[in-house]
Amino acid sequence: MEVSEVFEKVKGLFVEELGIDSEKITMDAKLEEDLEIDSLGIVEVVMAFEDEFEIEIDDEELADVGTVGQAVNLLQSKL
Amino acid sequence: MTKQRVVVTGLGTINPLGNNVSDTWQNLINGVSGIDYISLFDASNLPVTFAGEVKNFDANEYMGKQNARKLDRSGQLSIFAAEEAIKDAGFNINEPLGDDFGIIFGTGIGGIGATENAVRVYDERGSSRISPLAITQLMPNSSTGQVAIKYGIRGPSLTITTACAASANAIGEAKRMIEQNIVSKVLVGGTESGTTSMTIGAFAQIKALSKQNDEPKKACKPFDKNRDGFVMAEGSTVLILESEESAKRRNANIHGYVSGYGSSTDAHHITAPSEGGEGAVRAMKDAIADADIESKSIDYINAHGTSTPANDLNETLAIKSLFGDDAYNVKISSTKSMTGHLLGGGGAFEAMATILSIKNGKIPPTINLENPDEDCDLNYTPTKYVEKKLNIAMSNSFGFGGHNAVLIFNAE
Repeated sequence: MEVSEVFEKVKGLFVEELGIDSEKITMDAKLEEDLEIDSLGIVEVVMAFEDEFEIEIDDEELADVGTVGQAVNLLQSKL
Repeated sequence: MTKQRVVVTGLGTINPLGNNVSDTWQNLINGVSGIDYISLFDASNLPVTFAGEVKNFDANEYMGKQNARKLDRSGQLSIFAAEEAIKDAGFNINEPLGDDFGIIFGTGIGGIGATENAVRVYDERGSSRISPLAITQLMPNSSTGQVAIKYGIRGPSLTITTACAASANAIGEAKRMIEQNIVSKVLVGGTESGTTSMTIGAFAQIKALSKQNDEPKKACKPFDKNRDGFVMAEGSTVLILESEESAKRRNANIHGYVSGYGSSTDAHHITAPSEGGEGAVRAMKDAIADADIESKSIDYINAHGTSTPANDLNETLAIKSLFGDDAYNVKISSTKSMTGHLLGGGGAFEAMATILSIKNGKIPPTINLENPDEDCDLNYTPTKYVEKKLNIAMSNSFGFGGHNAVLIFNAE
């Protein structure tokens, strides 16, 4: 799957599942500061990714994920 | 320090009769029923298919989906009602209310809808799919915490869960907090949204609910011979309580005075009232003593009046026991005949209704009271409102568990 395709799916999840304004969602957007996703929200995001992409994400893999772009890259590497 | 007098400077509500104080009051006086067939979920498999639902409320539109989804409906309603009350009290909702502001919410069953949803997910998909928001939605103190965050309330906080007496207890405890100079202002609320499938099913199992499915608006008939149970309802009501000193210093509009609070426990049975309403009598006596008045000076009683056979009979006996011959002179009504039973949100709603009754000199009716019960023979203001100058009024709230909370309000 292309990076752009993964990004569009992630964007769709953020809008549909979390109710985030689609204009805010860019590759550079910071999950906590820009999108106001708190620690509980991160758990939801991971669950949504796991369901959408049929993968499993470990806590350790999340340690370096702070932006939408980093999340997209992590997901693409697992597909 | 002298004991502070406690006033009400703000009111806000969302309930089956209206999404603000003004519409709610008009409907209370006009004898409108807020009960109808359940629309929030498919209730066709339940023995009871009607309830008092909040109408025309879209939480996503009101607070944005990103915020709305973090809250159970009971919490969404609390945030909404709190906004109206805070504005009504003359505070700016965009500035933190600060350290000299306490918060107490009463609720019977907290985020029970969120609990039901989480259990469904667990059963269908396992523990790894339970929403990380489930706990913060379902915990009974969710409204207390979320309203405090939203409006920057940083004084003492409590959540009271004495079932259907919860938010009456909340008002009483807030009164004490202010009297004792702990804080000068307290946001007090009651909230409930138990109009959900398992909860209605469970209340129906203990034969607490009316099953008059053919005529929902007529089902709740407190003190009527044909009453057969209460009607489940949802909503939130918020009051701003304040020391008289603080209210006058900032020139706030005073709706009325919270002058008496009494509470007691039946220690008898987990759902049935004690014989002759003995526990209720003790709470009423304590409230009257706290208000430093005599029972005969009470002009109006906003009854607990649930429309269950046991409550309405025992509340009547309790009033007779306390008032003696004067019982036949005091005006009584049950606003639950119109709202249904707001459970833990009932005490705050009925406190608001009582304060507005005093302020407007009008007693809301007990609708659907068309066939008097010979054992319930007091003046319950049947079907139509009554105009009467009111100086002092009492509001009763009783809960499963044997909890009794009674409040007294004064015009001045």
